[in-house]
Amino acid sequence: MDNDKIGQIIDKYQGEASSLIQILLDIQHENHWLPRSALEVVSKKLNLPLSKVQQTATFYKAFSVVPIGRHEIHVCKGTACHVNGAQDLLEEVEEVTGIKPGETDPDAKFSLKTVNCLGRCGLGPVIEIDGKTHARMSPAEISDALKKYE
Amino acid sequence: MPLIKSPEELEKVREEILSRRDPHKLCISVCAGASCLASGAGEVIAAFKAELEKQNINADVDTKGSGCPGFCEQGPVVVIHPEEICYLQVTPDDAGEIISQTIVGKKPVERLLYTDPDTGNKVVKMNDIPFYKNQVRHLIGNNIKIDPKSIDDYLAQGGYAALAKAMHEMSPEQVIEEVKESGLRGRSGSGFPAGRKWEFCRNSEDEHKYVICNCHEGDPGSYADRRLTEGNPHNVLEGIIIGAYAIGAQDAFVFVGDEFPQTVENMRLAIKQAEEYGFLGKDILGSGFDLTVRISIDGGGYVLGESTALMASMEGRIGEPKTKYDHATDRGLWAKPTVLNNLQTWANVPLIINNGAAWFRQTGTDGSTGTRVFSITGKIKNSGMIEVPMGMSLKEVIYDIGGGTVTDKKFKAIQVGGPLGGFVPESQLDVQVDYDQMTDAGLAMGPGLIVADESTCIVDMVKYFLTFLAHESCGKCTPCRDGIRQMLHILNNITAGRGNKGDLELLELISTVQKKAALCALGQGASDPLLSTLKHFREEYEAHIEEKRCPAGVCKALGAVSSGANV
Repeated sequence: MDNDKIGQIIDKYQGEASSLIQILLDIQHENHWLPRSALEVVSKKLNLPLSKVQQTATFYKAFSVVPIGRHEIHVCKGTACHVNGAQDLLEEVEEVTGIKPGETDPDAKFSLKTVNCLGRCGLGPVIEIDGKTHARMSPAEISDALKKYE
Repeated sequence: MPLIKSPEELEKVREEILSRRDPHKLCISVCAGASCLASGAGEVIAAFKAELEKQNINADVDTKGSGCPGFCEQGPVVVIHPEEICYLQVTPDDAGEIISQTIVGKKPVERLLYTDPDTGNKVVKMNDIPFYKNQVRHLIGNNIKIDPKSIDDYLAQGGYAALAKAMHEMSPEQVIEEVKESGLRGRSGSGFPAGRKWEFCRNSEDEHKYVICNCHEGDPGSYADRRLTEGNPHNVLEGIIIGAYAIGAQDAFVFVGDEFPQTVENMRLAIKQAEEYGFLGKDILGSGFDLTVRISIDGGGYVLGESTALMASMEGRIGEPKTKYDHATDRGLWAKPTVLNNLQTWANVPLIINNGAAWFRQTGTDGSTGTRVFSITGKIKNSGMIEVPMGMSLKEVIYDIGGGTVTDKKFKAIQVGGPLGGFVPESQLDVQVDYDQMTDAGLAMGPGLIVADESTCIVDMVKYFLTFLAHESCGKCTPCRDGIRQMLHILNNITAGRGNKGDLELLELISTVQKKAALCALGQGASDPLLSTLKHFREEYEAHIEEKRCPAGVCKALGAVSSGANV
């Protein structure tokens, strides 16, 4: 992500340090993760210590400080999904992709993340791949679905 | 749209909107809530539009993506007005048949109607389905008639009349008096009387005051709050504006999670529309009162539901709670007097102003008035968003509205209030939805109800909540950070077949210390699911420890083959 784009985002919030979270969220949405170089630009422009920017970037769940793969898998770990078998589903995804939650595979194909609740509890267990919901899936079905991604 | 400058102008605009609408005109409403959209509601709407055009009757029939009516299990939900014929689990392929049979032929499509599981009878109208019939839907009843992206739809349902009444017929003090009189208690769970909180803040000397609407719904397995906001954002917004007027606040914020994009989108649009119509900004409705409402998006984290952590996050800091030396109504956001209320609290305000405190009190119990919107999920037949009158028993909620457990497996418990709440066994289902009764039963009034049946392992559920909390603890205070970790360690051992005699007593000891010593509600309440299950389901723990057996057949180390899914 280039520095001009980061500059535009910061300008949108009038360069206010209190908007740090909103600025990082915008960068995260744009770039899918927060590279160190971006955090350094934010630190300089907002006149905040880099440690403070890093603290924020690692405290909140929405941010990722590691690169994200081409396809983002979100496994819902809400209570309703849990009682309907989300753990089996997660284990299957881990098996197929070879990664654990919070990780990206070496080919940068998949990133895996567990989320607290996608709010589609009536359809559980729910998995989201690149924003698309896969409802009431069995481990075998999710395994087949994942094989279709390049 | 020219700014509306008086109640008379508002009524003129409303009449004009209504005059353009024929109440008898057919309208196909498709739920456009996040759950139905995930089940294909978007494609269903497109299919209806294409089919109407094909049959050349698109001028005679309206189509609408509406707010969530709640029956999420059976989505996509389609309702045909004005008769309110309700079709469930509709696919794009059904559009043609619905249009030729129902719209043109005036006959219902039998196979898409709700079937009563007891009698086998088909139910045609939405409000005759037991799921809906047994609710009292003051807040979400109009959702199916409202496109959440249309302020005109909200105005057509009488929207912003309460705001005009509050600003032109009532002083701020009278508004507060009315809300106090109504008995409205904060819907976040603690149940503090809303009117009193507003009064404290109004009486605070600092002239700059803030109002916050908390839409941060962190409980896993609970979605009522975000669905309500997303389905009828103007209702919440109107409540916030009336509250800000009563309190004397010039700035208001809606605090909402980044992981709820649809809630953010609909609320952002609602604010923009309200500004265009003159319900926000300078000299609102000619009253001389100014207000701006902004959205503050949080970066995600369960602890942000705690008020001091929430405000820290809004100020751009990390969301760690702090000791409450001051009330937020004296020193809250940016050290200014602040009223923080849950969105369900705000959503009730227009109802109270429109209908009066006496009307509001007619629903509920003496100590808990009005209704409560929950999401009910888990091993229950009718999963969805429901609105029940305060005073309804949990048994009625589960069986009359929820339809009982999803398969023939026996009911085991209902979990109320999320990771900081408790479990209720069958023998105590007479507990009512009532702040005081819930507190006495060791439950929190959170927005999520989760049903467990005999295939759910209670020890696994508690382990699940503690795993969640171990991730979500902000780590600032030792009792919470390390206490949760230790309790989880013991539970991991128990479910792995390494439980020891004395483990349960040790768990009780840790939780007693943590309850007293933790800094905020997260740490103090973290052991509540554990304690309530040690009370009601102790024998299940003992089976894991002494017999190395999981009675529900969930814990894999004790011989189970899957994690209890029965779908």
